[in-house]
Amino acid sequence: MSAVFKPKAVTANDLLEGDAVWLNVAGGWTRDIRKAAIIEDEAKGQSLLAAALQQEDVVVDAYLAEIRIGEDGPEPVHFREVFRTRGPSNYRHGKQEADNVPL
Amino acid sequence: MYRYNDFDHGFVRERVRQFRSQVQARIDGVISEDEFKPLRLMNGLYLQLHAYMLRVAIPYGTLSSAQMRALAMISQRWDKGYGHFTTRQNIQYNWPKLRDVPDILSDLADVEMHAIQTSGNTIRNITADHFAGAARDEIADPRPYAELIRQWSTDHPEFQFLPRKFKIAVTGSSDDRAVTRAHDIGLRMARGQDGDIGFEVIVGGGLGRTPVIGEVLREFLPVQDLLPYIEAIVSVYNMLGRRDNKYKARIKITVRENGIDKIRELVEAEFILRRASFGGADQELLARIKTAFPAPDFIDAPIANFKTALAANDDFATWVETNLSPHKNPDYAIVTISLKTLGATPGDATDTQMQVMANLAEQFSHDELRVSHEQNIILPHVHKSHLAEIYARLADVQLAAANVGLASDFIACPGMDYCTLATARSIPIAQEIAARIDELKIERDVGLLKIKISGCINACGHHHLAHIGILGLDRAGVENYQITLGGDATQNAEIGKRAGPGFPADEIVSAIERLLEAYLAQRTSRTETFLETYRRIGIEPFKIALYGDGKANHAA
Repeated sequence: MSAVFKPKAVTANDLLEGDAVWLNVAGGWTRDIRKAAIIEDEAKGQSLLAAALQQEDVVVDAYLAEIRIGEDGPEPVHFREVFRTRGPSNYRHGKQEADNVPL
Repeated sequence: MYRYNDFDHGFVRERVRQFRSQVQARIDGVISEDEFKPLRLMNGLYLQLHAYMLRVAIPYGTLSSAQMRALAMISQRWDKGYGHFTTRQNIQYNWPKLRDVPDILSDLADVEMHAIQTSGNTIRNITADHFAGAARDEIADPRPYAELIRQWSTDHPEFQFLPRKFKIAVTGSSDDRAVTRAHDIGLRMARGQDGDIGFEVIVGGGLGRTPVIGEVLREFLPVQDLLPYIEAIVSVYNMLGRRDNKYKARIKITVRENGIDKIRELVEAEFILRRASFGGADQELLARIKTAFPAPDFIDAPIANFKTALAANDDFATWVETNLSPHKNPDYAIVTISLKTLGATPGDATDTQMQVMANLAEQFSHDELRVSHEQNIILPHVHKSHLAEIYARLADVQLAAANVGLASDFIACPGMDYCTLATARSIPIAQEIAARIDELKIERDVGLLKIKISGCINACGHHHLAHIGILGLDRAGVENYQITLGGDATQNAEIGKRAGPGFPADEIVSAIERLLEAYLAQRTSRTETFLETYRRIGIEPFKIALYGDGKANHAA
């Protein structure tokens, strides 16, 4: 019996800025995890990750991160992924500098 | 200070030019990330959680005021207005953009700085006693030797692909402020039987997942044998060190697996061969380097105003009590500027603060600053008549915290606020502990205490060597903090012992508070430090303080 697949998103770091980005449904990249493409099965996850790894002209170090589905779309699960959606806790730098990012 | 010659300038400029074309090739898609990554790491450029991070080398932690001003300018122009000083006496910028990095490196080259060998499996920045050239207990200034090693190790063709990174520290004092016993090679200056200068050579120390206190490889190495002997050590390691397992690749494991006696035998044999090939060129170079480190031209002036200020200003007197160290010239003092102001991030300085420190160094410290591995900035040569003015100007920019050597003078790595290797955050824990200590108003009563925090097992925060060490881990998706007790970073180096199960983030501050209360209750007098109390009574009373009676041995 295989384990229940937990929803995921493909995430990476932007080549030029270095910040966290997520793969969206159009196959492009978004800085807002709420606009990430939701992956609900293993095979789809692996094929999207493989495609993302080919996009190294725009992103670096793509991987699959677990998400949960919130009211506004995908939300991070692990605390590391939560930090990637907003920035460090000692200064209001990174994504949290913008107003539209949930804290 | 050592100044670049034409060769140094040419070499660093050429590396900037090469890196500029490498960055362009990556952006244009001419080279892949796999090809680019080793090139950027050779130039100190990491990719972290939220951005790139550039680690700039500060050789043996010594800066001129012009260099500190350039670091301030770079933080203001290319980053977010601050920099982070590290436990290897380097500075890290947390927000550079890939396209800007060649320009940053060019700005660094303008002031004789670079980011070469601040990453990768090479010989990293040579660290030294941050009081070098000023300390009263010093045999001689260790920096000419550190500079000699820096020049030899920079771009050394044999040592660009070592099994793992390699760290060397040098001190000229009997009080070890350079953590020599936790380095791949630690060099402690000593005097031979005839009064001649040499080094005790320690090998195989290190922290990380396997903390080891280094062992003495050679009790007394005459100074003239320094380079060939170090080269012999690194060459033996290069041949013998494991490349099959990253976690067993550091020299501390090579020493453990082969035994110190076999390593010594191999090194001594290699040393004989290597020494012959040096032919005295290293000694000529050393003689030239030494002329770049003259003793400052000390002024001879009255210090009466220092005593007047001490009597008139309690805050100044409090700062003097903790932030000054004895200088070899009795009219001078070594000033440690704390980068641990309440609410600040340990080791961070803003561009304005860097500017002020640069100005103070130029005006009052013979143009010199130092970075300490404890993440503070030092003004090494200050005439006592200038202390009151320095204090006032530091206070204007929130740099007058009177806490050097006390509980809130943490070492804290960037942790998961920045670092991609981290398993938990360090900075907010340090800030919360500092805030609690401030509320309790017990810091000066507690006295000398080293608290060090790492956000993962790699131990950049030196937690193993802390009186109270904190290690942040990921326990089933939650930040969890393990405590070690009784570590010591000095010449009596010791690895701290794990106290027991870790604490969640919202319980670690009160756990530390209970340790401080236990110490205050158990010490025999105000002069018995936390570490002395720990050594006298052992870990058990502290375990009881942390976990209650009988609960200390529960599994994590």
